[in-house]
Amino acid sequence: MTEEGRAGSAERHLLDGAGDAPVPALSVDDLTVAYREQPVLWDVDLRIPQGSATAIVGPNGAGKTTLIRAILGLIPRAAGRVRILGRPLEEVRREVAYVPQRGSVDWDFPTSVEDVVLMGTYGRLGWFRRPGAQEREAARRALERVEMSAFADRQISELSGGQQQRVFLARALVQDARVHFLDEPFQGVDARTERAIMGVLHELRDRGDTVVAVHHSLQTVPDYFDRVILLNVRLIAAGEVETVFTEENLRVAYGGRIPYVAAPPAGEGPGGGGSGMGGDDGIPGGATGGATGRDMPGNAKGGGH
Amino acid sequence: MPLHLEIQLLAVVVAAACALPGVFLVLRRVSLISDAISHSVLLGIVLAFFWVRDLTHPALVVGATATGILTVVLVEALHRSGRVKEDAAIALVFPALFSLAVLLIARYAGQMHLDVHSVLLGEIALSPFRRWEMGGVDLGPRTLWMMGGILVLNAAAILILWKELKLSTFDPALAAALGFSPVVLHYSFMALVSVTAVGAFDAVGSILVVALMIAPPATAWLLTDRLTHMVGLSVLLAVSAALSGFWGAWILDVSIAGAMATMTGVGFVLAFFLAPDRGVLAGIRRRTRQRVEFAGMLLAVHLLNHEGTLDEVQETRIDHLQQHLRWSPDFARRVINRAERVGWVRREGSERLRLTPLGRETARVGMTR
Repeated sequence: MTEEGRAGSAERHLLDGAGDAPVPALSVDDLTVAYREQPVLWDVDLRIPQGSATAIVGPNGAGKTTLIRAILGLIPRAAGRVRILGRPLEEVRREVAYVPQRGSVDWDFPTSVEDVVLMGTYGRLGWFRRPGAQEREAARRALERVEMSAFADRQISELSGGQQQRVFLARALVQDARVHFLDEPFQGVDARTERAIMGVLHELRDRGDTVVAVHHSLQTVPDYFDRVILLNVRLIAAGEVETVFTEENLRVAYGGRIPYVAAPPAGEGPGGGGSGMGGDDGIPGGATGGATGRDMPGNAKGGGH
Repeated sequence: MPLHLEIQLLAVVVAAACALPGVFLVLRRVSLISDAISHSVLLGIVLAFFWVRDLTHPALVVGATATGILTVVLVEALHRSGRVKEDAAIALVFPALFSLAVLLIARYAGQMHLDVHSVLLGEIALSPFRRWEMGGVDLGPRTLWMMGGILVLNAAAILILWKELKLSTFDPALAAALGFSPVVLHYSFMALVSVTAVGAFDAVGSILVVALMIAPPATAWLLTDRLTHMVGLSVLLAVSAALSGFWGAWILDVSIAGAMATMTGVGFVLAFFLAPDRGVLAGIRRRTRQRVEFAGMLLAVHLLNHEGTLDEVQETRIDHLQQHLRWSPDFARRVINRAERVGWVRREGSERLRLTPLGRETARVGMTR
């Protein structure tokens, strides 16, 4: 996170350099994950360029979390090859940050906010070495960036959902990684936190980092992300938001039951403006401009399910 | 050293050695695995005994640790099969291993000084009679040396692997992503638990080991919210239970191990009710306070709504409030006293209330929330 560290990023590009084009941040080939011979992810191929922000979207059970976990080697792959910054995960672990779902840990664990953030430095420290003054300083700076400095000494169970998510983000920030995977960073957080988190993620992207996030609320995809991965066990589509985030693709990904109809850029959407879309949910067609007011199933997920 | 001091020292060492790994068992929510391990190690002891024909041979510890780990492996394999839940897996594995050991003892080891009763409850008072002598010099009770070694081992392991254990306990997924294999850590830790269970077995038996491992950390968790404090407090609580248990047993002439385990339970019950933040009583006090606070807000809003209305005289009478808001006289008194104390209302005469400017403001803000 230091300025010197960042100044070297152009150099690091060269180090990666296989050729003229920068190495993709993430490349996935033929990735299949199965649970008891049931495929959860089927033959996924992906290329994500460096310096981009990508949303992974798809219905429940589409394998979004599984995709991230398989990329990070947390669950076994039945088949497939994953390269991060052109190398196998084992060689680039320190360049990879991971923010798991907030609900995946026990927030009653007896520890403080600063201590949780410090955990992000453990990877760089390696086995047996303890965090020292330098790491503590990094943790404090990360807490500042997510506006949580005042909470450094708090017990983590006293935090609200949004605060927990920011602490997790701070923990990822101290990893000082270049590729960041986040699993539902906005789940159950307040609007202010969502903006704060997105601000930080955009900062990361703008300095050349790569951000990949499982995302639930379709209506914010175009605002927040450059690229999108539409997933439903198989890869439905992946690419830049303008070209890939279409009604047609959403219909395929969500099996006709689209929780939100993207307002397609004028003249691009098939069927001219989305009439008849989302009929299953009783959402009227012609969704243009309706993005803000609706209570999307994706948004309600934090509390509802 | 006098006998009773040796027993107390042993009790203290056993208690501390058990409490250390117990902290992480409790935090990892696998407390019951200690029960499973402490039972199934018997099979390892018996099998190793058949091999070496010597009850004091170190091979017994090795055998016991191996069956301890085998227990964990079997439980997890059953659980992972997806056909059996974890609690059922535990309940399936350890009785099988334990009963096999019991059968083997009964059938082939009549001469073995292992009876089922002492396996379950241990006999710490007899431990000092098994001495360790070297070249004719008495070095003290064997069990004390063994448990002392295990205590040092546990303390060293937790100290050296502090951050790794903390991370893999709190967030195994991140631990794995950062390259700290949670599997390696888990099994190393379970090996520690097994070794501890075997060592403590001799002194306190297989059932009470569980009490010493789980109750002090569970108690400490109610009393603190820092991991370092939790570890220190667990050891302290375990040691206090050991000493108070010893003297309790002395006075009442009952089993020492039983009294020690009972004291760990007493400690937990006390903390459960009296812990400053997380105790039951603290919870009741907190809820009552919240109710009084909320009722104060209700009172302020009520007074505000009737300010300047025709029925104001009627609606601000204290006795009317009790009927209107359906509060008991006692509760109403507490609410009014508090509202007065924080400056939201003041009494007018003996039976009427009036909002202060602060109370008015509070009620307005309260209503918009």
